[in-house]
Amino acid sequence: MKEIGRYFIFLGNLLVNRESFKTHYKLVIDECVLIGLDSIFLFILVSSFMGAVSTVQTAFNLVAPYIPKYVISQVVREMTVLELAPTVMAIIFAGKVGSSMAGNLGTMRITEQIDALEVMGINSINYLVLPKVIASLIMYPMLVVVAGVCALVGGYIVGNITGILSPDEYIYGIRYMFNPFTVTFALIKSFVFAFLVSSISSYKGYYTRGGALEVGISSTKAVTTSVIAILLADYLLAQLLLSPA
Amino acid sequence: MIEIFNISKSFGDKKVLTDISGTFEKGKPNLIIGASGTGKSVLLKCIVELITPDEGKVFFDGRNFTDASRKEKIEIRREIGMLFQGGALFDSKTVEENVRFPLDMLANMPRDEKQDRVNLVLNRVGLKGANKKMPSELSGGMRKRVGIARAIVNNPKYLFCDEPNSGLDPQTSIVIDELIRDLTEDYDTTTIVVTHDMNSVMGIGDRIMFIHQGRKLWEGSKDNITHSGVKELDDFVFANKVMMAMKEKGQV
Repeated sequence: MKEIGRYFIFLGNLLVNRESFKTHYKLVIDECVLIGLDSIFLFILVSSFMGAVSTVQTAFNLVAPYIPKYVISQVVREMTVLELAPTVMAIIFAGKVGSSMAGNLGTMRITEQIDALEVMGINSINYLVLPKVIASLIMYPMLVVVAGVCALVGGYIVGNITGILSPDEYIYGIRYMFNPFTVTFALIKSFVFAFLVSSISSYKGYYTRGGALEVGISSTKAVTTSVIAILLADYLLAQLLLSPA
Repeated sequence: MIEIFNISKSFGDKKVLTDISGTFEKGKPNLIIGASGTGKSVLLKCIVELITPDEGKVFFDGRNFTDASRKEKIEIRREIGMLFQGGALFDSKTVEENVRFPLDMLANMPRDEKQDRVNLVLNRVGLKGANKKMPSELSGGMRKRVGIARAIVNNPKYLFCDEPNSGLDPQTSIVIDELIRDLTEDYDTTTIVVTHDMNSVMGIGDRIMFIHQGRKLWEGSKDNITHSGVKELDDFVFANKVMMAMKEKGQV
C-alpha cells in the first residue's frame, strides 16, 4: 500500500512546478524519436509474424467443412484488433521501452544527475518523466495501429502463399461483420497501457537506490510491474467496455 | 552566511547525524572534514534538503529554509551551485550544454549572452576549447572542473562541493582546491567543501568543522588543527603519513 501511495504522489509531482512548454516540447520530440523510431522495426517484425501464425493456427483448428474459409481472417482480425495489437504489443513495449526508461532514470539517480537538477530548483519528475509519458501517449497508439495493419498483412501474405485461403476470401473475412468499436476499444487500451508502462517504469527508475546492480534490478521490476498492470487493466477495460449490459 | 541548528538524521535504526549546529561564513571556503562514513555528505545534503533531516533548522542569510514554502525553497535553491562527487554531468549533453543548462532553465538572457557566460566560466576553470566534448571523453579532473563551471555559471550565492578531490591525483587536487578558494573569494560566495583529504585541509582550511560518528567534535582552522586536544581529530590528522612525519620532526 505504501508503494502505491508513493506512486500516486509521484504522479502528482508530474504536474506541479512545471517547466515551460518550450522546454518540454523539445524533450517530448526527442522522446518520441527514441520511443517511436527505435521500436517500430521490432513492432513490424513481431506483429507480421503474429498475424501469419494466427492465420495458420486458426486454419488448423477450423477443420469442419461447412465453416467458410473467410472465417479464418475474421478470427485473425478480431484477435489482432482486440488483443494482439494493443495488449501483446504493450508487453513488448514494456520490455523494450519501459526497461530503457527505468535504466535511464536509475543511472541518472545513482550518478546524482537527478540531485543536480533538484539543487537547481528544477522539479526533476516534471522535467524528466512528463516528456516520457507524453511521448508514450503519442507514439504507442500509433505503433499499435502499425502493428494491427502489419499483423493483418502478415496473415494475408501467408494465407495466400500457403493456399489456406484466397486473397478475396481473406479480404471478405476482414470486412465481414466488422464492428468499428473494436478499433476504438483497441485505441483506448493503447492509451491506458502507454500511460501505465511509462509511468510505472519511470517510477521504478526514479527511486533506484544503490549502484549499477540496483539499476538492473529496477529495470527488471519495471517490466514485471508494468506487465502485471497491463494484464489487470486489460481485464478491467474488457469488463467495463465489452461485457454485455 | 549559512547557519544550521541541531541537525539530526537517522536511516532506520542507524543514527547518522546527531545534533549538529554551526555557521558557515562567506568569502572563505568552509570545510567539513572527517573519516569516510561519518555523515559529512549526508550533512551537506541535509543542508540543501536533498535528504530531509529528521530535526533541525537551516538558515540561508537569515532566511528559514527548513520551514519555507515549496516556492521559497525553489527560489533559494536557484542561488545554490553544487559540485557533486562524480561531477553529475548529464551524459547526453556536451560540456557546453552541461554548463549552459542552468542558464537555459533558470536565466532569462539572450543566447549570445549565455554563450559568452559559458565561455567565460569554462575559461575560468581552465577548459577553454572543450565546449563540444562529451562527458565520456573527459578525465576525472576535467569532469570536476566542468562540474564547477556548471555550479558557478549562474553566479550562485552559495557553493557546495562534495568531495571535490576524490579520485584525483595530488597535483590536480591542488588545482581544484585553489580554484574553489579563488572562486569563493572572487564571487564572495558562501562555500562549503566536504572532504577527507588532508592536503585540502592544509591548503584551504581556514574554517574547519570536524565530524566524527555523526557528531561535531571540533571547529577551528588549519593553524590549530594539529593541537586541538581532540583525540579523534588527532587520529584523523596524523593518519596522514606526511603529517605524521612532520609531527615527528617537530614541525607541527
